[in-house]
Amino acid sequence: MTDFPQTWAFRSPRARLALWFGWLCLVALFVYCWQVMTANTIWAFIWDAPRQAADIGGRMMPPRLSYLPELLVPLWDTLNMATLGTLLGVILAVPVAFLAARNTSPSLLILRPIALFIIVASRSINSLIWALLLVAILGPGLLAGIIAIGLRSIGFIGKLLYEAIEETDIRQIEAVTATGASPAQVLNYGIVPQIMPAFWGITVFRWDINIRESAILGLVGAGGLGLKLQASLNTLAWPQVTLILLLILLTVVVSEWVSARVRGAII
Amino acid sequence: MLTLTDLTKTYRSGDKALAEVSLTVPKGQVVGLIGPSGAGKSTLIRCINRLVEPTSGKIILSGTELSGLGTRALRRERRRIGMIFQEYALVERLTVMENVLSGRLGYVSFWQSFTRRFPPADIERAYRLLDRVGLMEHADKRADALSGGQRQRVGIARALSQEPELLLVDEPTASLDPKTSRQIMRLLIEICDERGLPAIVNIHDVPLAQQFMQRIIGLRAGRVVFDGTPEQLTESVLTTIYGAEDWTAMRKDGEADRVAEAEAVARLAMISA
Repeated sequence: MTDFPQTWAFRSPRARLALWFGWLCLVALFVYCWQVMTANTIWAFIWDAPRQAADIGGRMMPPRLSYLPELLVPLWDTLNMATLGTLLGVILAVPVAFLAARNTSPSLLILRPIALFIIVASRSINSLIWALLLVAILGPGLLAGIIAIGLRSIGFIGKLLYEAIEETDIRQIEAVTATGASPAQVLNYGIVPQIMPAFWGITVFRWDINIRESAILGLVGAGGLGLKLQASLNTLAWPQVTLILLLILLTVVVSEWVSARVRGAII
Repeated sequence: MLTLTDLTKTYRSGDKALAEVSLTVPKGQVVGLIGPSGAGKSTLIRCINRLVEPTSGKIILSGTELSGLGTRALRRERRRIGMIFQEYALVERLTVMENVLSGRLGYVSFWQSFTRRFPPADIERAYRLLDRVGLMEHADKRADALSGGQRQRVGIARALSQEPELLLVDEPTASLDPKTSRQIMRLLIEICDERGLPAIVNIHDVPLAQQFMQRIIGLRAGRVVFDGTPEQLTESVLTTIYGAEDWTAMRKDGEADRVAEAEAVARLAMISA
């Protein structure tokens, strides 16, 4: 009978050493960052923080409910900005996703990299920055906000959608192809039904995110609740700020509920 | 009639999946294609409608050469070839009716298919086929709501709705239980008989092939090593196709399946009586 070893190591000595070194680097980085942070901190303000927070909190209470009627139109603007922005994003993202997906892209060498670049570019810029740029170009107002939301949504929707397209079941597509269907029909019968749940899930999820984002876009002049928030902050009208924050919270909770229901219904 | 001449497929990796396969399938003949996994059965079937592009050789279906066709002409010829898949390959999220009608895609415009407005004759044919395969009441259900046997029936109806001149059948019973497998095979054979439809059936279950096929072709490493009747499929032939193995044991298994099936039918009859 042969003797089998009684020890077995999950990682090789080299891997163990590398792991320890990795942890060491992380700790060193943490210590360094802590040092940078404390060097620029005025500690007197920090010790004071609880008192300041209590002070502002006290001034924020109670919310000024009589301000509500003035917020209804901006709220409607915010919802419209999110919805129209999502719509714009979807319209632009769908073709980009089909160009970016490896299995549907008509040209892997030219169009696919372009589509991927569009997705990355859109994702790497926050919608607040988009809005800042667009307000400078188009002037303040809802249109700038809608376009900002739309441009930011292309990347999100495009990326998730093209991943869904790449994950489709090839056999179903093959079966439709075998009937003699044209490429457009294969898309319509073989691919689209498979990505429909992902498509609606992604769209509603992005709409949900966009409601949150559009609520603050007003800070840079793109209209909606954010504009009111900025005005209230500037005039130190804390009870109004509270009301606006509560309203945003309520809107987000409602949109979350709607998106959960929609996603539940389609899958 | 289908004629293959020196059909060869070499994959880019250098694997030779098919080597100079030549065979003729006359009208109305159902041919079983047997062989071990990786022998090239699937590749052969997919080369015929060019889901896999053959490297060389000729494919002639009732006078038309399929091997050199451009995409548009190929699509037109594919309409004449119905295909039935392993694991059904239905579009799971479409209804049974949409799946059956998708067999007509090659005949209608994109707009007609997009709006699901198929010509009345197509709809009538689809209902007739669903009735034939016994799924009339399931027409508006989604394909993923059906059982395995039912899905394969939809697959058969989809292929037939093309009014094909040839059926390519790829492991139709691979994911079905023995009893459902026999029902599906019986249905396929009946339908081919009714319509005088030739078919090539990939099948890994030798007893099933012997029970249902008129002619059997054995493939090994991309070459035809046997072509004859089920009776000619002796133990030594099976050894040439699959390599050494205890074939009598395998046949006994098949026998046991059949006995079990008969018993189950008898028991069902007793229960319902």
